[in-house]
Amino acid sequence: MRRLTATVLGALALAASAWAQSTITLVGAGATFPYPLMAKYADEYTRLTGGKVRINYQSIGSGGGIRQFLEQTVHFGASDAPLSDQVMKDVKTRFKTNALNIAYALGAVVPVYNLPGVREPLRFTGPVLADIYLGKIKTWNDPALQALNPNVKLPPLPITVVHRSDGSGTTYVWVDYLSKVSPEWASKVGRGTSVQWPVGVGGKGNEGVAGVVKQTPGAIGYVEVTYAKQNNLSYGAVQNKSGRFILADLASIKAAANVPLPGDMRVSITDTAAPDGYPIASFTYLLLYEDLSVNKAVKSEAEARALVEFVKWILTDGQKYNEPLTYGALDSVPQQRALALLSRVTYQGKPIGKEITGR
Amino acid sequence: MLPAGNLRSLEKNLALRARYRKERFMMALVGLGTGLAFLILLLVLAYALSQGAGALNLDFFLKDMRPPGETGGGLRQAIVGTLIVDGLGLLIALPFGLAAGILLAEYPDHPVNPYLRLLSDTLNGMPAILFGLLAFILIVKPMGGFSGLSGAFALGFLMIPILARSTEGVLALVPKEIREAGLALGLPRWRVILSLVLPTARAGLITGVLLAFARAAGEAAPLLFTAFGSPLLELNPLKPMDTLPLRLFAFAISPYEDWHRQAWAAGLVLFGLITLTSLLARWASRRRF
Amino acid sequence: MKRLYTHSGDRIFAWALLLLALGVVVLALLMAYELYQGGSLALKRFGLLGFALGREWDPVIQKSFGAWPYILGTVIVSLSALLLSFFPALAAAIFAAEYAPRWLAQVINFLLDLMAAVPSVVYGLWGIFVLAPWIRDQVQLPLYMWAAEHAPWLVPILGVPTGYGLMTAVLILASMIVPYTAALARDAIALVPKEHREAAYALGATRWEVMRMAILPLARGGIIAGAFLALARAVGETMAVTMVIGNSHKLPYTLFGGAATMPSVIANEFTEAVEDLHLSALIAVGFLLFWVSMAVNFAAAYVLRRQERLVKGVL
Repeated sequence: MRRLTATVLGALALAASAWAQSTITLVGAGATFPYPLMAKYADEYTRLTGGKVRINYQSIGSGGGIRQFLEQTVHFGASDAPLSDQVMKDVKTRFKTNALNIAYALGAVVPVYNLPGVREPLRFTGPVLADIYLGKIKTWNDPALQALNPNVKLPPLPITVVHRSDGSGTTYVWVDYLSKVSPEWASKVGRGTSVQWPVGVGGKGNEGVAGVVKQTPGAIGYVEVTYAKQNNLSYGAVQNKSGRFILADLASIKAAANVPLPGDMRVSITDTAAPDGYPIASFTYLLLYEDLSVNKAVKSEAEARALVEFVKWILTDGQKYNEPLTYGALDSVPQQRALALLSRVTYQGKPIGKEITGR
Repeated sequence: MLPAGNLRSLEKNLALRARYRKERFMMALVGLGTGLAFLILLLVLAYALSQGAGALNLDFFLKDMRPPGETGGGLRQAIVGTLIVDGLGLLIALPFGLAAGILLAEYPDHPVNPYLRLLSDTLNGMPAILFGLLAFILIVKPMGGFSGLSGAFALGFLMIPILARSTEGVLALVPKEIREAGLALGLPRWRVILSLVLPTARAGLITGVLLAFARAAGEAAPLLFTAFGSPLLELNPLKPMDTLPLRLFAFAISPYEDWHRQAWAAGLVLFGLITLTSLLARWASRRRF
Repeated sequence: MKRLYTHSGDRIFAWALLLLALGVVVLALLMAYELYQGGSLALKRFGLLGFALGREWDPVIQKSFGAWPYILGTVIVSLSALLLSFFPALAAAIFAAEYAPRWLAQVINFLLDLMAAVPSVVYGLWGIFVLAPWIRDQVQLPLYMWAAEHAPWLVPILGVPTGYGLMTAVLILASMIVPYTAALARDAIALVPKEHREAAYALGATRWEVMRMAILPLARGGIIAGAFLALARAVGETMAVTMVIGNSHKLPYTLFGGAATMPSVIANEFTEAVEDLHLSALIAVGFLLFWVSMAVNFAAAYVLRRQERLVKGVL
């Protein structure tokens, strides 16, 4: 018995010392939407490095992620929207370096609804969705909706509008799209992570909106496409800029990013010009400092290198985990852009980004 | 015609009957009200059981979490983290909460008492997320990073006012005679309080501690920016640590069925944990009497 | 003759207690200070009064923030929840303290402990998936239909029957605060001296008469304290309310329609507020909440002190 205890204790001590010597834990915080994907990345990457690099990503919200990034309590931040010009400027003046917005996945927001008896996906246009959310279209058999869906018998049910009550990247993408297609929306409500909604019920979180829509006949809401699929909610096709009605799927989300991209990737791809692209799609971003040595959370060159290696892995091999979890993967053009951004990373003057990405 | 005496007794009889009717009516109301008070709790518990029981197995306690789409994981890291973070939080809160409670109950005329009472009640009414904000400003920022310890401070802050008020309430129930007896024997006041009053109130004190602990154990919001969370088991309180309510919350808002089940299971484990500590506390506090 | 003991031990003990207890005061002051500090940007921009009474909350177009709808929502929701939960909680307390057999009383006590410990988000999820649809179909729709036919003036008071709104939030909140009233009321009732009961029974009073005339008047202080404690908890309750209240800050509030409370707006927007003014406005709501909570407790202290004097008169 005593020998057993001794053996166990010895093994524990050995394991603990080995573990303490060589592990690096990278801490990231931010958007809720990519949390499952990040959990998958973290798990795979930890296994790949034999436990030497551990990733700890927690979903505290995009706003929280941006704030923690600026407070430098994390190695990397994550946000559903790129940093605003204001924040970019703040970073420049406070830390004398740039913030990099590196896209690594795509998401899509879909209009979900609960119409008993209606089987095939409804068709929507941007202006019609805007009018519903402005409270101007009040019933499902409204002429505007009926004209879009001539083959569907729409019930004379009142429309219950459901929106996110919490600030969210999903809301940002949704209202960003509505602002682009409806001048009235742009001037009355505008775009932001929380807005002043003209009508409707507010559900907390994607699951709140999905839950309310699921339980309310006549309801319309918007959620990330993953939620719609996992919860078996019906969602509609939306007309894009080229006039085609597109249903959100992995191909149409990926295609939405096939547009000229600016070098810093800070771009909204809603209302995309790509002919096969789904119009309510967006990138989701990792946030890094260009000069990692300004980030107080990055304590050594080894950590900085591990961080760049991890992001490089996400942008290349890691991309294969996106689609099984219904996140859009990067096409070659955005992928090259993201790697080019990553190659700019330095640590104490050393061009570690160039070394690791091989550019 | 009835004699007057009969009539009077009939009247009395009627009045008595009315009183009994009222008695039965009020007793029925008390029963009904008791039922109503627990109706929703029982419905919620039944719902949580039906949703989460399926995900509870041995792996749930022995393995760390898995990414979505993979079955067979558990929430070991969150269960252990909850015990450590909450335990530390309680250690932080105990001296302050108990002292405030003792001061309120044993020194009723102390000049700070009205303020103490008002401020601790005010703190009791603050949303938990604000305690997290405070711990972030006071602990996380100076320490330069998230840690289980900062989460413990956030929960400790939350527990202090609850402990203060429950301690006061319990000590007020201790009969005056016990104190008088002690003082009459020539014991100093501090000995009376420590050796007579507190032991007498032990059962109630433990219940109060437990309630504070349970309140804190269910809170996710104050831990978001403090304990932060971790996908793997972490035993060092200076590193980010996972807790059950954090995982419950993150999993409950995810789109995945198997994570939902784990979220409910996490809720059940939380109940279990609280039930267990409650029973243990009751058992421990009863043994000596 | 020497004194039996010196007072120094007592003095040290009292000072140590005081020092530790002042931790509570420091904590509260720190909280108030940090909230003021964090909210100062918004408070300076709109003025304290302008912020408290403003009705707009638009983080995007007008960038104007006013907390009035949230203050109103908090007051309505927490007071209604208290009203609704008070009598059931009192009944449970009476039953547990006086009439229930020992084992049943213990079950009730255990349930009360457990109730305070159920995570808020669990109540919230149950509310979304079970309670809200049930209330809509079984309560709100029939009432709405009846009102539309017989009492059209009621319709604007009722509002749209979606199930997610004021009524559902109040119901859930009411059940969540039961243990706070019940636990204190139970202790207060148990504390009433046996002689009072015995005297009343000896006079031939029924059980209810004993309760009403000999016990409740003496326990009143504890019961009221419990009610205020419950009210304070109701003011601060966040997650469950946020998930079912519909989160609309459009005034006037209706019975079925959406509403919002101060904790709910903080929980909703805190993690995603990027702009400084927006975040500052949210923390300023926390600052106001601090004062609302203090006002509630101040009122409680006042009422209690009067009660205590009354009870002392009786004894």
